[in-house]
Amino acid sequence: MELYATELLGAKTYDVQGNYVGRVRELFIEPAEAPNRVSHFLLSRGHFQPLVAKHNQVASAAAGKVELNVSERALELYRPNESWLAVQKDLLDQQIIDTRGRKVVRVNDLDLAEQRMNGNVELRLTQVDVGLPGAVRRLLQGVVPSKVVRKLQRQLPQSAIRWEFVNLIEPDPLRRLKLRITHEKLEDLHPADLADIMEELSASERQSIIASLDEETAAAVLGELDARLTTQIVEDLDPGKAADILEEMAPDAAADVLADLSKETSEELLDEMPGREADEVRELLEFDPGTAGGMMNPDFVFVGESSTREEVLEWMRGQDLNFDQLDTIVLLDGKAQYSGAVPVARLLLAAPEQLLGELKLEPLLSLPAEADDKEVFELFDKYNLRMLTVIDKDNRPIGAITVDDVVSRLLK
Amino acid sequence: MLNRSNITAQWAGWREKVGRVRAATRPFRRRIALFFAIVGPGLIVSNVDNDAGGIYTYAQSGAQFGNTVLWTLIPMTLVLYVSLEMCSRLGAFSGKGLSDLIREEFGFRVTFLLMAAVLVVNLGNVMAEFTGVFWATDIFGISRYVSVPLAAVLVWVLVVLGSAKWVERIFLAICVVYFAYVVSAFLAKPAWLIALLHLLPPHLTQFVPTIKPFVQVPAFNASYAVILAGLVGTTIAPWQHFYLQAAVVEKRVGPRQYAHTRNDVLVGSISCMVIVFFIIVCTAATLYVNGIHHIDNAGTAALALKPLAGVWASVLFAIGLLNASIFAASILPLSTAYVICEALGFESGIDRKFGEAKIFYSLYTTLIVLGAGLVLLLGQHAKTILLWSQVLNGFLLPVVLIFILMLVNRRDLMGDKVNSRGFNWVAWISTAAMILLTIVVGYTSLRELFH
Repeated sequence: MELYATELLGAKTYDVQGNYVGRVRELFIEPAEAPNRVSHFLLSRGHFQPLVAKHNQVASAAAGKVELNVSERALELYRPNESWLAVQKDLLDQQIIDTRGRKVVRVNDLDLAEQRMNGNVELRLTQVDVGLPGAVRRLLQGVVPSKVVRKLQRQLPQSAIRWEFVNLIEPDPLRRLKLRITHEKLEDLHPADLADIMEELSASERQSIIASLDEETAAAVLGELDARLTTQIVEDLDPGKAADILEEMAPDAAADVLADLSKETSEELLDEMPGREADEVRELLEFDPGTAGGMMNPDFVFVGESSTREEVLEWMRGQDLNFDQLDTIVLLDGKAQYSGAVPVARLLLAAPEQLLGELKLEPLLSLPAEADDKEVFELFDKYNLRMLTVIDKDNRPIGAITVDDVVSRLLK
Repeated sequence: MLNRSNITAQWAGWREKVGRVRAATRPFRRRIALFFAIVGPGLIVSNVDNDAGGIYTYAQSGAQFGNTVLWTLIPMTLVLYVSLEMCSRLGAFSGKGLSDLIREEFGFRVTFLLMAAVLVVNLGNVMAEFTGVFWATDIFGISRYVSVPLAAVLVWVLVVLGSAKWVERIFLAICVVYFAYVVSAFLAKPAWLIALLHLLPPHLTQFVPTIKPFVQVPAFNASYAVILAGLVGTTIAPWQHFYLQAAVVEKRVGPRQYAHTRNDVLVGSISCMVIVFFIIVCTAATLYVNGIHHIDNAGTAALALKPLAGVWASVLFAIGLLNASIFAASILPLSTAYVICEALGFESGIDRKFGEAKIFYSLYTTLIVLGAGLVLLLGQHAKTILLWSQVLNGFLLPVVLIFILMLVNRRDLMGDKVNSRGFNWVAWISTAAMILLTIVVGYTSLRELFH
């Protein structure tokens, strides 16, 4: 038998002798015991102190009526407990994350399934109703008879999320621990989807999610968020954690974040980061964000122009390379100056003994770090580039701009 | 001596200098950009308020009572600022819209009933805006069967097909047209010093001997009370609060950027009142002085200005009215659809496609079509539409203010940013005063309607 939380809230409760005890005011779940079992019923009795019925004290539960298998004296007085999840207060009308649909939704009602044990009945939360049927129940329950409501809702399209796919949002980290809320399911989402979800939430909720994600996921999500949100989040994070996340980000993305922060905050974070990463970011921060230097990533793959395809592939296998930067390989000549660029696709199709210098793209393109971002856009557009090398005064490559940097800059 | 190489050298030096200046001014430029990114919602929300219903009420009050209503502008600015500031604070510190907060704290049923009321009241407001379009174009001799549907299509296309950023920029630019009122007032050549003097309550200034001869004290009677209620009702509308808080959240104003937004709300409240001041002064100096005390509609106000201040005053008045009406008609249905969808959990936002947010777009379109359609059908009762939309606003406003006050005083939501005691006093007293005024205006307008 299906039951809805709305039908139970406000239900009259009778004890084993059939005496009226009170009305159900709240349902609690104790996630530490069982993740979806209704563990306690809060019974209010007007002026008297409210009582609590445990799950094994409930003989039957139906719309508007709950029967206990003990007498009223066996019930305990209610004491608030932080590690109980309150259905009405914490779930109904609140926002949750639908991890399968990858979006934020608001809870209209909860579906409960009955499970008969010996002598008592247990209610388990099966799914969260986010559609019209739940809305209709919330509006009409108690005003029109349950039967009519049930008949009416059957006409409406269902929209529910299974409890396994629900991720609760709890800004308070202590309570989150007590309620056993993890964000593991969120870590499986694509960072771009997670970023979209974060944009729907309030600042404290965003903060709590970022703080609980592992650094790698957090860095990927921050890279996808819009600049103002990223700034806000990083400013409010604990500096140590913020530095750990920035370290995981690509240096150009980290520099973009730091450039938007106040000078003191950004210095503080740079000091927390390991030396090499911090130096890379510091160098990038010297460039105006509106120039090629401000757009480039100092991590790129470079090899000598006289090496063969086979040598290069062998070398690359041995390195721990970042795939995002492996679209095009930069070539250096004998004087360690920029001599060209080879797309990996060309490398793929080349003969094993072919020299890289013979594979390079024509014409030879590069820009100095001070070049305006407009020049960058024009080159990418004109030559349909996927990557462009940035050089210094001595014609040495110092970074690379990839097409995704250009796209996100253009969309700003 | 100039040759090619030293030109190049100078050029390089100059470029370097520019680069240094650019780098040095970077933090400053970023602050300016931030200011312009955040400035806006408060300015928009208070200026959209000078809509058709507003212009009608302001013109009528100026014609009927001359300068003697001007003293209400300062307290009204205060109330407008206090109520809007609470909403922007709620948005900045909770990160949630007003309707979301009401849903989370007061449950589904309360929210649903409130949203139903918002829908009805705002439909009334949309109708009032299209009435404004009808009147303004009437001055140029264009039939309402042409102008109203055209305006409806324009508004729909502007919002649905344009991007959100673009639409907002157009609206901000259009705000400048409000100076039409200022120009119009100057052309009417009022006695400025006396008008300014009436910004202080004449009930008090009459006791200053040197000022007394210039002060006109209003007789407090029923029709004066109705005008006061009308002024408050049109200036502080419920939908503004929902709109402002949603915009604050949408623009990601957090605790750090909040000071900017508060300034924006302050500037918006004051600029709104400055424009009201000019409209009232303008009508007082022309209609009131010449014994024209009753305006049947805002169009009449414009026509009445014609012989007195020349051809231009009336044209400017009509342009101002048309702009105000279209501006408000673009924002109202949109904000209504937003608020309702957010509260009841439907997908919303103009950045979504139609298929993703069907209910949102349907609500938005229905409000425009129904609003414009009803104005076409009931065109001859335009004055009644305006009156009713104001009365409905007045009924809903205290309810919304009470919700806002309850939320903004919750420590678990706002932390130490709850209202200060003084702020609460101002807010609760103005709420009580508004309930009182609403009863007065409700009573009188119902009586007027059934006579």
